[in-house]
Amino acid sequence: MTHALSLGFVLFALWCVLSGYLRPMLLGLGLLSCAFVVFIALRMDLVDREWRPIHLLFGRVLGYWPWLMLQIVWSNVDVVRRILDPRLPISPTLIWVKASQHTDIGRVTYANSITITPGTLAMKLQGDQILVHALTREGAEALAGGEMDRRVTLLEKHS
Amino acid sequence: MIELIWNALSWTLLLTGGFCLLVGGIGLLRLPDFFTRVHAAGVTDTMGAGAILVGLMLQAGLTQASIKLVLIILFMLFTSPTASHALAQAALHGGLKPRLGEQREDSRSNT
Amino acid sequence: MFIAAAAAILVAMALAMIRVLLGPTVYDRILAVNVLGTKTVLIISVFGFLTERPDFLDIALVYALINFIGTIAILKFFEYGEAGFSNPEVTRDEERP
Repeated sequence: MTHALSLGFVLFALWCVLSGYLRPMLLGLGLLSCAFVVFIALRMDLVDREWRPIHLLFGRVLGYWPWLMLQIVWSNVDVVRRILDPRLPISPTLIWVKASQHTDIGRVTYANSITITPGTLAMKLQGDQILVHALTREGAEALAGGEMDRRVTLLEKHS
Repeated sequence: MIELIWNALSWTLLLTGGFCLLVGGIGLLRLPDFFTRVHAAGVTDTMGAGAILVGLMLQAGLTQASIKLVLIILFMLFTSPTASHALAQAALHGGLKPRLGEQREDSRSNT
Repeated sequence: MFIAAAAAILVAMALAMIRVLLGPTVYDRILAVNVLGTKTVLIISVFGFLTERPDFLDIALVYALINFIGTIAILKFFEYGEAGFSNPEVTRDEERP
């Protein structure tokens, strides 16, 4: 029940931010539509299952995101340099990396972090192994070093 | 003075974003096979879109427009890797094989 | 300065459009269309600032949502041959060499 209430609260906050009008009639319509969405979510049995990541989101993620942003900028610079180089110095590599996370959400976070960094792309998840396509051999080796894996696992442990 | 610095920062970000979009487009045309092209699309989706939207955010200041821009950025950061992963998995499932190995020798022998 | 950004986005859209037309496989085309959608979101936002009408951001937000859902829907269609209620687990387990 608390999950449903917090979902409704977040939805209503989103409504207020997006609409920007604070007249009673529009707020009432917003309340009505939020209640309807929460009702549908309850009926589809989505609320309790999908709402769990919230503790992970506000825990250590705030410390992880700046590091991830830095990684993204760095690999962007690398990929841009390689695309603009007339010799096109790429060496596409396939590699299996180990995901040492225990929960699904941790593994999904890891796979998404791999994919969002340009130069590496998670293609397949099988057990605790992820098949990664890397644009360069150096990128694949850097990923196999396991720095990102360690950080995501740390994220999970804290929650 | 602070206004000038603010504007310069925002313009730099807009230009960086535009440059990254162009490079992403060039990469999309230049790279040899599908799986490498996904990386070029990644440049567009992260750096290009991110830099342009943050640049717009600096122009908007603390308004409702800024909040909407933050929502767009967050949404893109969550969905673009999902879409790329789904694409790669579908291509793998559909029997597309990635071209591996050193591309450098290939292009050298061609020229 | 917004005009420069808009011009860059338009040129990049043209490049992506060439890839849509060339693309040897269907996945290349879907990838290029996805990139095209991202750029459409960007140009709608920039256009809103260019004409000083921030309402355009709502359209950009909705377009971002539709772009994602559209890509996933097309992929599902091409991967499983239908967009309906087939059981994905059955087809996913068969391994291709």
